[in-house]
Formats: sequence, C-alpha cells, structure tokens
Amino acid sequence: MPVDHTNNIIEVEGVSFAYNEDLVLENVSLNIHKGDYLGVIGPNGGGKTTLIKIMLGLLSPSKGIIKMFGQDIHDFKEWSRIGYVPQKVINFDVNFPATVFEVVAMGRYGKRGLFKSLTKEDKKIINESLRQVEMYEFKDRIIGDLSGGQQQRVFIARSLAGQPEVIFLDEPMAGVDVMAQDQFYQLLKKLNRELELTLVFISHDIEAVVNEVTEIAFVNRSLSYDDDPKNFVKGDLEKLYGDKKFIHHHHKHA
Amino acid sequence: MLDLFQYSFAIRGLEAGIIIGLIAPLIGMFLVLRRYSLIADTLAHVSLAGIAVGFLLQINPILTAIISTVLSSVVIERLRISRKVYGESALAIFLSGSLALAVVLISLAHGFNVGLLNYLFGSIVTVKQADLLIIGSLGALVVVILTLFYKELVYITFDEESAQVSGIPTRLINTCLIILAALTVSLSIPIVGVLLISALMVIPVVTALQFRRSFIKTIVIAEMVSLFSVVSGIFTSFYLNLSTGGTIVLISLLVFGFSLGFRRR
Repeated sequence: MPVDHTNNIIEVEGVSFAYNEDLVLENVSLNIHKGDYLGVIGPNGGGKTTLIKIMLGLLSPSKGIIKMFGQDIHDFKEWSRIGYVPQKVINFDVNFPATVFEVVAMGRYGKRGLFKSLTKEDKKIINESLRQVEMYEFKDRIIGDLSGGQQQRVFIARSLAGQPEVIFLDEPMAGVDVMAQDQFYQLLKKLNRELELTLVFISHDIEAVVNEVTEIAFVNRSLSYDDDPKNFVKGDLEKLYGDKKFIHHHHKHA
Repeated sequence: MLDLFQYSFAIRGLEAGIIIGLIAPLIGMFLVLRRYSLIADTLAHVSLAGIAVGFLLQINPILTAIISTVLSSVVIERLRISRKVYGESALAIFLSGSLALAVVLISLAHGFNVGLLNYLFGSIVTVKQADLLIIGSLGALVVVILTLFYKELVYITFDEESAQVSGIPTRLINTCLIILAALTVSLSIPIVGVLLISALMVIPVVTALQFRRSFIKTIVIAEMVSLFSVVSGIFTSFYLNLSTGGTIVLISLLVFGFSLGFRRR
C-alpha cells in the first residue's frame, strides 16, 4: 500500500532521554505518517520501549520536541485518538476478576469521560471490536482463563473500542504461541489495510517484523530509519548490532 | 432470639457494623487487587498513633487520627510512585513507625488508659447516636465517590499505564481512593477497632475472588460475605458473650476457608 508521506501524525524531533546518567536515546527524530505500519526494532535495552513511552506521554524526554497530530505533546488532550497494547501477557494477573467484555469496555472509558456511564452505543462498539478480533463468543469468559494469544486479541479489541487512529503495540507476540502469532499478524494486516489504522509495532523479532511492516525504524540509542523494510538485509543488521557490540539473537526472549 | 433487639445499644452496634461491613470491602476490592492489602492494617496503626497524640495533647482523638491517616496515606502513595521504595516496604515502614510512635507516646502519658484500649479493640456495644451519624455520612460519601469513579478505578486497578495513556487522571483518582481508605479506617476504629477494620477490607474480597466471576459480581459476593460475617458475628458474640470484633473476623475466615474449596479450576 502506498503511504502518504505528507500527512505526519506524530513527529519526534531531536529527542534524547537519560535514565539517571545513562543516555538511552540520543537525538532521535522520527515521523509517523497516517496509514504507516511501522516496525520499531532493535536490541533489548536499545531504547525501543523508552521511545514509545515518550510518544505516549508516560515519560518526558530530557531534550527534544514531540508533536501529536500537529500539537505539542504537553498541550495534547485527545488521547482517545491513541490506542495502546502494553506488554501484557507476561505480567498479567490471571486471577483478576474481569470478563472479556469488561476488559474491552475499558477501551471506551477515556472516550466517555469522568462521571458518565457507558451508553448503548458504547456497548455496540465494544461488541463490534470483539467481533473484529473474533473473540465475541468469549465475551463472558474471565480474561485469565484464556490462552496468551486470545488474551492479546482481547487487548487489541480494547484498544479498538476507543476508536483510535494510531495503535502502539509493545512486543505483542510475547507469550503467544507460533500458530497464534500467524493469526495475529493477519489481524494486524487487516487493521492496517482495511480500517486504515496506523500501527506502531515494537519487536525484537526482526526477521518476522521485516516481512510484515511497511516501514522500519531501528533503535539502538540513536535511530536509523527506512521506508522499505526489504532494504534491511541481514548483513546490515549484523553490522548495526556489531557496531554497538550487541549480539544478534535469532530467537526470542530477553 | 429477639433478646438482642431489646437493647438499643445493641441495635446501634448492629447498624454501625452493617454500614462499616458495606463500605470496607468496597474500598478493599481496589486495594487487594493492587497488592495493597496491607494498607488498611498500616493506616489502622497510623490511626492509633494519631489517637495517642490526641490523648497526649488532649484534643479529640478522632480528629488527630483522621489528620495522621490522611497525611500518611498521601505520603505512602507518593513513595510508591517515586519508586524509591517498594510499595509494600513503604507500608512496612509506616506500620512499624507508627506503632513505635504510639507506644512511645503512650509511655509518655504514663501507661495505657482505658480510653485508648477502647480504640485498640473497638467497642461496638458503646456506639452512640452521634457515631452512627458520622459513620453513616462517611458510608454515603464512600458509595457516592466510588460510584462516580467506578469505571476509572476498574481500569486503573487492571492496567494503570493504559488507563493513563487513555487520558484518565490516574493520580487524582489514586489519591481519592487512598484518602477514602484513610477516612474509613480512622472513623471505623472507635467502633470496630484496629483488628476488624483491616480484616473487613481484605478477607471478604479475597473470599469473593475465589469464585472467579466478573468484577461487579465479585464486589456483590464480597459484600454478602462481609455482611454475613458482621451480622452473624454480632449475634453470636452477643449470645455467647464473646469479643465481637474477634468473632466477626473468625467467621469471615471460616467463610474464606469454604470458598477455597469451591474454587473453580
């Protein structure tokens, strides 16, 4: 799908971030355009999650500017335009008393606002989101009783329920078995192509991501960016990792 | 069987017990699921130190208890957010610190006096009409605020980070919850004592969690367990002449034991 590179929805300019004295990100600049399916890759500890948390307003950069839909992030109020699927499956409380429906309903809360309860319209959107990820039949099940792949689809449905324009996914494949991963990539492709959702996908599984996304950003303290992932041949990667003295893992897990 | 209802003090005790039995698990639900079960216990001990200060300075001890618990609850929450200290370590620090302070203050005042002992164990049979009014208003306040923030509280409890990203004012709501917990603890202590208030915030909720139901159903089950324990505990202790607070806690623990057997999966 051709991407309209003129419509920037998120702009990151010269962002640096330090944890205590350690420089995690250095002078990172990145534009996300409407309709992008951006893969953010890089070694563990290379600053991927930090970069995403800065874009989500969860962390403040030590230097640099972030603009969300043309607005400075400090003045940005329309957070319901942003969806977020955190690294959930790993650190998930399986005893939490919530049904699939209750979890997906959370995705509407930010949109509905304080002191207001969900309307019929909200419930329709929640059910629709569940159908989109093919989890409608599970809506009365307890979230902790589902498999990792099913839980992850429920979290996607939760972000869809907020009717966002961009969804950030942080290592969504962690804890999802290989069969379900395939299905999951299909779902993301569908969301990107059919619903024209912009996706920002963090992963350390470079080979898998390169085949799926339309843009790629390689984060390892600084950033290299390419709008054609196919250019990211393995030799380049090894060079990049090698430069920074990181070992290139072919397999998952931190 | 109708004996108990002939005594107006017993009826007032029953009424106060039911109100506290209703609000404690409501707040407890959000604390337990965030691994914050010990906060009730901690605030109860802080409250004790506050009461000791009140006795020493000869101010109304309820007032000093409220001030000390509300202030400490805010400081505990700050410490948790700052990540300088683990959440549960912050609780341990306040628990032991306030107990130490209470003991030192008591020794300054030359030993225990009867008034203070009453606060330690509570005296559900000496509830006055004014106490009922205070605890009733608190109950209404807790129910109203928790209903207003219900959906945000559920979201924050489940996934604080995502809730924050979706634009929910997590800090404000967290502070509200912890102040409500502090108020509930300090106002309930003169009636049910340090032991019972923390038990009622935690045990019915943990019991209800065994049934693995939706959030809202879990709250309903916790309320039923709490009310059953309070009412049957008051009756049992009245007729068998036992300590009321202790009986209520033991009954709720018995129900918890049964719930473990019912656990699905």
